[in-house]
Amino acid sequence: MSPETVTTIKQSSRFWREDIHGYLFLLPWFAGLLIFTLGPTLVSLYLSFTKFDLLSPPRWAGIDNFTFMFTQDRRFTAALSVTFIYLIFEVPLKLAFALLVAVALDRSVRGGNLYRAIFYVPSLLGGSVAIAVLWRQLFQGDGTVNRIILSLTGIQGPSWISNPDTAVYTLVILAIWQFGSPMIIFLAGLRQIPKDLYEAAEIDGASKLRQFRSVTLPLLGPVIFFNLVLQTIEGFKAFTPAFIVSGGTGGPVDSTLFYTLYLYQEAFANFRMGYASALAWVLLVIIGFFTALSFASARYWVHYDDDRR
Amino acid sequence: MTAAETAVMIPSTAREGWFRATLFGLMRHAVLIAASFVMVYPLLWMAASAFKPETNIFTDLSIWPPSLNPRNFIDGWTALEVSFSRFYWNSFVIAILVVIGNVISCSMAAFAFARLEFRGKKVFFAIMMMTLMLPYHVTLIPQYVLFLNIGWVDTILPLVVPKFLAVDAFFIFLMVQFFRGLPRELDEAAMIDGCGPWRLFFTIILPLSKPVLATAAIFSFLWTWNDFFGPLIYLNDIANYTVPLALRAFVDSTGQSAWGQLFAMSTLAIAPIFLFFLLFQRLIIEGVAMSGLKG
Repeated sequence: MSPETVTTIKQSSRFWREDIHGYLFLLPWFAGLLIFTLGPTLVSLYLSFTKFDLLSPPRWAGIDNFTFMFTQDRRFTAALSVTFIYLIFEVPLKLAFALLVAVALDRSVRGGNLYRAIFYVPSLLGGSVAIAVLWRQLFQGDGTVNRIILSLTGIQGPSWISNPDTAVYTLVILAIWQFGSPMIIFLAGLRQIPKDLYEAAEIDGASKLRQFRSVTLPLLGPVIFFNLVLQTIEGFKAFTPAFIVSGGTGGPVDSTLFYTLYLYQEAFANFRMGYASALAWVLLVIIGFFTALSFASARYWVHYDDDRR
Repeated sequence: MTAAETAVMIPSTAREGWFRATLFGLMRHAVLIAASFVMVYPLLWMAASAFKPETNIFTDLSIWPPSLNPRNFIDGWTALEVSFSRFYWNSFVIAILVVIGNVISCSMAAFAFARLEFRGKKVFFAIMMMTLMLPYHVTLIPQYVLFLNIGWVDTILPLVVPKFLAVDAFFIFLMVQFFRGLPRELDEAAMIDGCGPWRLFFTIILPLSKPVLATAAIFSFLWTWNDFFGPLIYLNDIANYTVPLALRAFVDSTGQSAWGQLFAMSTLAIAPIFLFFLLFQRLIIEGVAMSGLKG
């Protein structure tokens, strides 16, 4: 046996042993993947082509669920449009606030950490039932918001949550209130921008506004995009506030029927499990589209440090 | 420009600059303080209202409690047929088990991905990254059917058992990033000393990874504590309710009549999260900054 063969054998046996260890460490994850992720994903794809009410076995229905969804289901259309209206207002406004405050907090403001903490806390609490309960009170006819409006202007406001034209905007406000977590990501991004760029801009006589437009915004571009995608995906998944504020109905007149709320109702109130699975897969395709954008952006975002230092 | 001219110019522009900077600074603080007040007003008002008598809540906009009368807290605690002690216990048990499950199973998977070589690693890692983006709605219904068939509905098992099988890919990803940053020489030194991957993992990697393990534990706890959807689907009997489910039941049962008690219980429901934030502020904020962890 030549010395070379000996090393190959040794190496391969070592690799084989490491293989075993790798698989052992991954064992819980493998099990979880099969039982709770991959398996259910495939089953759900199958169920989306069936009618299934939990009591009797699923009946094959071909593409009926999808044709009904896209051609006849008014509530599906309502849920999609409510969700998009929510996203169109919530995401840009939340990010605008987050960026504005992050810029204001950047560069050693005295008490910066305290401000940061105060602005961040709502993000941490915002998705909870407790806050949704509070929101319901704030925006009802005799709620606190109207009290404040009344004392400031003397005008009695309407009940914001029971008016189909305004209900979804109370949830938009709740989402904007939680601008803290994108703000923190922006702050981290701002810290990566070299100070000398601003000094150079200052020497060139650029105003603060001009510096923001020509230095901050372009260099922060990848972070803005990352936040945009992240918030959009989170926005699609929003559930608790709409559920609590509308008492689980998505009302008034389906005006707060978030996509996830509609999916929940179909599955667990109407027991149309097949149809709900179809809804879930459509959601997956929509979110998958935004995830693809996110991965495309990761290239720029992840190499941020190396490029700019 | 001569040296003399420069010497004359600097003080005046500096003074003007100082004046403008101070003015700008004051304005900035004024705006920030006003914004902070708007942000925390709803929370402070809710906490204060928990101490107000029922008749005052809607008319009193103040964020100072009129007295520290704990009436609403005492009445609210037992307003449902099961007391809140039970709901807190349920929430706490679930949250602690989820923390344990996530930390153990995700760190094991992350160690394999970050430090071990084995066939198929790249493929598995790609699969893991794909599950990261999978919305839970897709697996929801088959999982429910599965748990229904094995009789786990209306127990805490569906909320806890999956966490011991590393289903929260996000934490795996977070830990992989951290483990990769630890020096490779550790592995080699450990192997030369005859230390296998298990001892390497338990005695070297894990102790060095306390920050990321703590971050995963904290966010596991916060998310589980706040979670409404999971308990809503799996827990039916009121004795099994978590705090968020109990709050919802409170809203449904009292409707518009007991806002003081409702706010008292709501305040208590978010108190642990607030406490966590005070204790682990640095880790929480770094976790968000590094990875976009949702708050």
